[in-house]
Amino acid sequence: MAEASTRETYGKTLIELGKQNEDIVVLDADLSPSTMTNFFAREFPDRFFNCGLEEQNMVGIAAGLAASGKIVFASSFAIFASCRCFDQLRLCLSQPELNVKIVATHGGITVGEDGTSHQAIEDLALYCALPGFTVIVPADAIEAAEAIRVAASDYGPFYIRLSRPKTPIIYPRGYQFVLGKAVTMRQGQDATIIATGIMVAKALEASDVLARQGIDCRVINIHTLKPLDEAVIVKAASETDAIVVAEEHLAQGGLGSRVAQIVAREKPVPMEFVNLGDRYAVSGKAEELLQRYGLTARDIEESVKSVARKK
Amino acid sequence: MPNHSKMSLESTPEGNKFNLTTAELREMAKKLRRHVITMIATAGSGHPGGSLSAADIITALYFKVLRHNPQDPQWPNRDRFILSKGHAAPILYAALAETGYFPMVELATLRKLNSHLQGHADRKFTPGVEMSSGSLGMGLSFAIGVALAARLDSKAYRTYVLLSDGECEEGQTWEAALSAAHFKLDNLTAIVDYNGIQLSGWVRDIMNLEPFIQKWQAFGWYTIDIDGHDFDQILSAYQEAEKIKGKPAVIVAHTIKGKGVSFMENNVAFHGKAPTREEAERALKELE
Repeated sequence: MAEASTRETYGKTLIELGKQNEDIVVLDADLSPSTMTNFFAREFPDRFFNCGLEEQNMVGIAAGLAASGKIVFASSFAIFASCRCFDQLRLCLSQPELNVKIVATHGGITVGEDGTSHQAIEDLALYCALPGFTVIVPADAIEAAEAIRVAASDYGPFYIRLSRPKTPIIYPRGYQFVLGKAVTMRQGQDATIIATGIMVAKALEASDVLARQGIDCRVINIHTLKPLDEAVIVKAASETDAIVVAEEHLAQGGLGSRVAQIVAREKPVPMEFVNLGDRYAVSGKAEELLQRYGLTARDIEESVKSVARKK
Repeated sequence: MPNHSKMSLESTPEGNKFNLTTAELREMAKKLRRHVITMIATAGSGHPGGSLSAADIITALYFKVLRHNPQDPQWPNRDRFILSKGHAAPILYAALAETGYFPMVELATLRKLNSHLQGHADRKFTPGVEMSSGSLGMGLSFAIGVALAARLDSKAYRTYVLLSDGECEEGQTWEAALSAAHFKLDNLTAIVDYNGIQLSGWVRDIMNLEPFIQKWQAFGWYTIDIDGHDFDQILSAYQEAEKIKGKPAVIVAHTIKGKGVSFMENNVAFHGKAPTREEAERALKELE
């Protein structure tokens, strides 16, 4: 499967947006060679501000620029763009609903070798807890580019989580991203796998294996965690009577919690969850960590079988 | 950086349309202090001390310095005032009402359900409030964003931000202090309401800020040290700050917490406590 980097896509898409709209400004907190906002910085030095290692200050500056009519992209690693500045996100962006796009790279455990301190596995819970925020986890580089374009044109605070490693391309060129509208990647009747981010490719892989075993799985990519596409979830619960949710995140507060809330309210069916549980990971290669912490296609496959038995 | 000479004359805001004399400013400050007492007493909760200490600083801005238009709070060329010490919202509301941003009768609704006047300043609810505050240490960062936008847009407006001394204990204040100097924001004036008292006692006992002026200087700021209740000093400080090129300016305004009401002055208890009806009456008498 072809692979591409979502953060490189971010860097390139920012240049494209910067050319189209003079009101786009970009902030970074000393990580621009890694978040790839340095592409924009080279092209539009007047509209790029390196805020140094001051994530809290960066969020405030972003708010001030946005309140003055700018469309602000602010980037750091997902861990620093969430935990480090949460009170600032709340008071300066969420409550006043300012037009700032936090695009964070290095989400999840696939940061790898840098280890626990750098692995953002609670960011989705934190951002989903902020009223008014739109929260997106693209499944591949093509979806990432689309999401970034939509963020630029849609007013309000956004969080977009990208990854460090290259990830498989799962969409054809010309894919149309619709904000808040989940994508049914595959139809199926026996169970539904709902996934986000890098877990979507793994869900597709798992459904291939399951199909060969005679289990017909629906696969849904929920790229927008907030606002959530409730209808697609209710439909899946009604039609397949079993749901597995897969995400590169802690058990609490991420996609699994959000989907479970809808399922419990609208159409209770058996569910299983593929995530990190309630623990931190360690240093290691991305693939090794995904194996160790149960975030592989195989783990999804087993969860589908387990949830199907409960039907 | 954009070329500053590009700034067009039509983008330069007109002067302050109230333009009070110093004697009139003193009277207006008293009037605003009376509003503060009445508002907080009516609400039954709030922070009188920090509103009273900032009254003269804010009166001078709204009635003499700021180029603003209460009939058009979003006028793109307005000077911006950002209240970082959000608990002093009552004095800002009083100034906004007296200058005409909203009807005076609304002052009596402070902190009540459905009011435009939230317990702490909130830009979503109140015309003229530039930024939400209440969690301390964030206003200076926001002001930097506003000042950078002015530079990007070649606009001549000036950005003012009022900090409390207590919030200079927040790390973010110093992140912002570093970056404002780094970005050479000479269109930014910060004022610190140095009343010396925070919620649980004297600042010097809780977390000493001294040597304070030297800290700002070391961070690359132009500093002006004044008596924050002397209008001549306040006005000349604003003028001096505006002339500085290449760096931001901070006015360290030495003030008295609870200023104007004898039993609130330097009294920690009135940081965050409403006066009783009887106390409010006494306070209003002193402010006549």
